[in-house]
Amino acid sequence: MQLIKRVVSLILLCLPLVSQAAMTIEIIGGAASKIPVAISPFSGAGTAYQTITDVVAADLARTGELNLINVADLTPPITEPGDPRFGIAQQRGAEAIVLGQVNVLPNAQIEVKFRLMDAVKKTQLAGYSYTTDLKQLRVIGHKIADVVYEKLIGVPGVFSTHIAYVLKQGKRYELQVADADGQNVQTVLKSAEPLISPAWSPDGSKIAYVSFEDKKPVIYVQSMTNGSRRVLANFKGSNSAPAWSPNGSKIALVLTRDNNGSQLYVMNAEGGGLQRLTHGGGIDTEPSWSPDGQSILFTSDRGGSPQIYQMPASGGTARRMTFDGSYNVSPSWSADGKRFAFVQRSEGRFRIAVQDIATGQVQVLTDTNRDESPSFAANGKMIVYATEINGRGVLAAVSSDGKTQVRLSDRAGDMREPSWGR
Amino acid sequence: MKKTALSLIVVAMLAGCSTTATQPAPVVDNAAQDAAARAAAANAAKNAADKAAAEAAALEQARLASQANPLTDPNNTLSKRNVYFDFDKYVVKSEYTPLVEAHAAYLTSHKDAKVILQGNTDDRGSREYNLALGQRRADAVRKALNLLNVPETQMEAVSFGEEKPKATGNDEAAWAQNRRADIVYQGE
Repeated sequence: MQLIKRVVSLILLCLPLVSQAAMTIEIIGGAASKIPVAISPFSGAGTAYQTITDVVAADLARTGELNLINVADLTPPITEPGDPRFGIAQQRGAEAIVLGQVNVLPNAQIEVKFRLMDAVKKTQLAGYSYTTDLKQLRVIGHKIADVVYEKLIGVPGVFSTHIAYVLKQGKRYELQVADADGQNVQTVLKSAEPLISPAWSPDGSKIAYVSFEDKKPVIYVQSMTNGSRRVLANFKGSNSAPAWSPNGSKIALVLTRDNNGSQLYVMNAEGGGLQRLTHGGGIDTEPSWSPDGQSILFTSDRGGSPQIYQMPASGGTARRMTFDGSYNVSPSWSADGKRFAFVQRSEGRFRIAVQDIATGQVQVLTDTNRDESPSFAANGKMIVYATEINGRGVLAAVSSDGKTQVRLSDRAGDMREPSWGR
Repeated sequence: MKKTALSLIVVAMLAGCSTTATQPAPVVDNAAQDAAARAAAANAAKNAADKAAAEAAALEQARLASQANPLTDPNNTLSKRNVYFDFDKYVVKSEYTPLVEAHAAYLTSHKDAKVILQGNTDDRGSREYNLALGQRRADAVRKALNLLNVPETQMEAVSFGEEKPKATGNDEAAWAQNRRADIVYQGE
């Protein structure tokens, strides 16, 4: 009987994997000093406990900042701090241990309880209980990982966030949204013409993007709650590079409507209120707002080569920020406002770098050749970007210290243009 | 084709009416059905013949039109629509002067004609920056036409950036093909 139960639960466990197998994650490297943490398998009936345990462990491992200490061999798993085997986690090197239980309630709802314990002092660092249905199990797993990460690392986790990107399959384009771990993929738009530059609204309720469906670049805004969409900018010429202001009220964009090159403008996110910000007549593009909404970083060729500049969000004098090399583009401002990620070309290679705004110091983070489109996670710890591996477009994330890399690929096609949302 | 199908439906409906009108009981009237089928077949044959004739006429008209239409006549400079650029350059080269002059002459003498100038780039580097570079190529052609008195109202310069490459491949031959602006007439 016990064996049959196991087989059944294995099959059930395999089912979700079938639909998610298209996307694979690969973790490379990690921080030099990782905090050792044990995740005791959540106890409970069915397969829910396994899903929760797997999601929490995978989330925390992917950061490269935590070292997962294995205690899965202990049966039954430790679920209480009073368990006489509690000290084993500490003996194996863990500084903290996650304990959890999953109970199926009479109304078929599922109750998930977890505690984060100091493995040495046996004190509780955090503890929560959630009631949910089966479909939301992964969501709960991500929430638990967020709590554990914030307690141990000191900044909020981004495991419950979403990433928007474009998937190209043959000649078809799809705007997709996935959980931060690449799972739960949803297609929000299909098109026979190219889609580029998706950008999340700060509250995560909308995505602005550029579509070529009208035989020219036009900016649309699409609701993530009901799927409805509207044209934001379809002026004469090209319309591109939408960027939401931090409070979501305005969108900076690039227009060519004045027959004076590609210039930066700003307009109300609901439409109207168009204002021109730059007047150079050359190329000014790829705006990125500072978190306080006061400044905009952008790419300009005004100095003879594409470099990153900073200017007031209301327009005015721009200050050049990048000086190394002849091609520095695609700025993405970090949430703390202290750094920006960008693409730097050096010796024919396009790689992701970060620059400290106060000191001007630059650190190249990646070792690939065709990196594009960096986008900072809300906690400033990771940067998602697009790159090419074996001729295929994949998404990758790199920690802002360059020590951890995660790759996300989809066998179905080329992934590109990521935007990391809330 | 649509017309044939419609006629068949009409015939079938008429046949249906006659049977139900004369015979309240649900008895199949073979004679009436045969007559309807014969009428339908004759009608279909006539329609097919009409259609073939119409198609032939349309083809002939299209052939004559393309000869008459200077924009699509392969012997006319106006059928040439691609302007290629040197690496990192955004000026229309002198070899394209006849092409630009021909289109300027056409546009100034056809005030109702409108062109869309589509700029392209190779796929190296940022997509948005490449969109802006493609715009520069489209704008270069727009300015060249404007200097020859084509009003801005007859032109729209847009960019496809690296999104719609004519040639794929990671070599200079492919990149050169994509450093390009195309002249497309509205309605084409």
